[in-house]
Amino acid sequence: MTIPKELQRISEACWMLPPAYKDGMLVPALIYGTERLINEMENGVFEQVSNVATLPGIVRAAFCMPDGHWGYGFPIGGVAAFDAEDGVISPGGIGFDINCGMRLVTTNLRERDVKPRIEELINQLYRRVPAGVGGKGLLKTSHGEFRRLVEQGARWCVERGYGWEEDLELTEHRGCLEGADSKDVSDKAVQRGHNQVGTLGSGNHYLEIQVVREKNIYDRDAAEVMGITMPDQVVVMFHCGSRGFGHQVATGYLRKFLGVMTSKYGIPIRDRELACAPVNSPEGSAYFSAMKCAVNMAFANRQVILHRIREVFADVFGSRAEDLGMHQVYDVSHNTAKIETHEVNGEKRKLLVHRKGATRAFAPGMEDVPAAYKRIGQPVIIGGSMETGSYLLVGRETGAETFFSTCHGSGRVMSRRAAKRTFRGEKILQDMRNRGIYVRAVSMPGLAEEAGGAYKDVDDVVLATEVAGLTRRVVRFEPIGNVKG
Amino acid sequence: MMNRGHYEYLDDVATADVAFRATGATLEDVFVACADATLEVMLPDPDTLENRVKRRITISAENEEMLLFNFLGEIIFLKDAEQLLLRVQSMEVSGGRIQAECAGDKIDAEKYVLGVDVKAVTMYKYHVRRTPAGWQAQVVLDI
Repeated sequence: MTIPKELQRISEACWMLPPAYKDGMLVPALIYGTERLINEMENGVFEQVSNVATLPGIVRAAFCMPDGHWGYGFPIGGVAAFDAEDGVISPGGIGFDINCGMRLVTTNLRERDVKPRIEELINQLYRRVPAGVGGKGLLKTSHGEFRRLVEQGARWCVERGYGWEEDLELTEHRGCLEGADSKDVSDKAVQRGHNQVGTLGSGNHYLEIQVVREKNIYDRDAAEVMGITMPDQVVVMFHCGSRGFGHQVATGYLRKFLGVMTSKYGIPIRDRELACAPVNSPEGSAYFSAMKCAVNMAFANRQVILHRIREVFADVFGSRAEDLGMHQVYDVSHNTAKIETHEVNGEKRKLLVHRKGATRAFAPGMEDVPAAYKRIGQPVIIGGSMETGSYLLVGRETGAETFFSTCHGSGRVMSRRAAKRTFRGEKILQDMRNRGIYVRAVSMPGLAEEAGGAYKDVDDVVLATEVAGLTRRVVRFEPIGNVKG
Repeated sequence: MMNRGHYEYLDDVATADVAFRATGATLEDVFVACADATLEVMLPDPDTLENRVKRRITISAENEEMLLFNFLGEIIFLKDAEQLLLRVQSMEVSGGRIQAECAGDKIDAEKYVLGVDVKAVTMYKYHVRRTPAGWQAQVVLDI
């Protein structure tokens, strides 16, 4: 990899490309990571994060998190804030999988209770939570009902018995972004997504049964607040987004924005994937509303999946989910744009914060941190590669620099093609089974693409966020079962 | 048998996604090759696809780039909306319009060895251009 010679190290885990690096940069680009992680980053990361720094109305800097890698438009791991009145909104700064995110659920079971039933559990989850190419859910909604669902988010599900009231309290924005008007959503997006509620998708999406080891608890107090209370406790973590609905919303508006960006708003196009429009323009506000619908679809999708997980555990263990202690810890989004208030040069400003492959990580006491977590900070759920491990982190005051944002996963280092040439799905499946991890995968080639070796070291990534002051480690989880799309 | 252009996947563009370049003597050849490359991501052995369902896809757009963008977008749309994997049987491009006859089958993980889901066509490093030998297209798919 060629690191640009203009890259300056400004602290132990923060590096800067100054505005002089590229014509048109309005602010510096700040990239977080240890020396090793920075050296692993592709040239595309530096290209893309510096392109983001040229977008009109960008505030403070264009950021890239330690799991950053080469994407389209923004790098994956990209964060950028724009003035909420005069700035722009960019679908390429959010991603096609709008509100792709993570949800974590506890149980009161220990590894010794679950291990003997792991195959049965994973096989049932594989059936009840459809995964893979296309993918149709078990929940049927008419087009009209689906339009209500995308306006109401997770609440739509809870009101129909798919979940508990407390789940909403423990979801970012209570599982619904306000201002989602389904009239801004095309019929095509509805046709594409209305039968996919309760589905995982594929690529790097998964559902995993994990164990907390005593040695992997970094902050016992915060862990207990989040319901991690005993050694060898079993939890369930899953990763998915707004499925075809969100992809279609993003595709439709990308097309629309390209038609008006330069001709109507005079914004030069550096990379068409960075298409944007003023947030308060007719096109910008329609996309913002449609994007919120997709955010709500993803919250609803994860809500229905949580419900299925509870059903499966209840069935396998012959006990109610309530008695199995299946409480949601939290649900976080890592592909969104949201209006937030942040301090800039001593002044409170309303900003539209884009996070693409980056997670909000609010500090203790901040607004929208659930009452139960006000003292410890917002939980941040980090999915590692399926072979390694995952993390639960919390936000902290020193995260203000990045508008309280942190990493979202471990980040790829190897392309999908290269991973398929290097690894074999069947061998990974067998090796993981030998190591005590029971995996069911829809696609063997897909499994090879997600091999642990195709990813950065998740331990390095979360440690870098800790050194940089963005988030703090609470618990590390190890997988014992996995459903892979 | 119609001509199908050639395609190759590219390793050095966008690590997390799939990039390919297609070439052909005519616009039709290149568009068909792009549809084949997109299908192969979801169905690694496209020759196994049975022709059980037929679909005609008609697309209009202002230029070649938007024609291809919308055409691939339609194939991806049908994969979710109707659970269909499709191959182009014949295609005609003229006057800013694609008319394609496609055939394929419902997605079935029991019947087919599936690959990974394609979410969208991105505009990153995207192009359709004339070359001395005909046409070339480059596409990055979001996975």
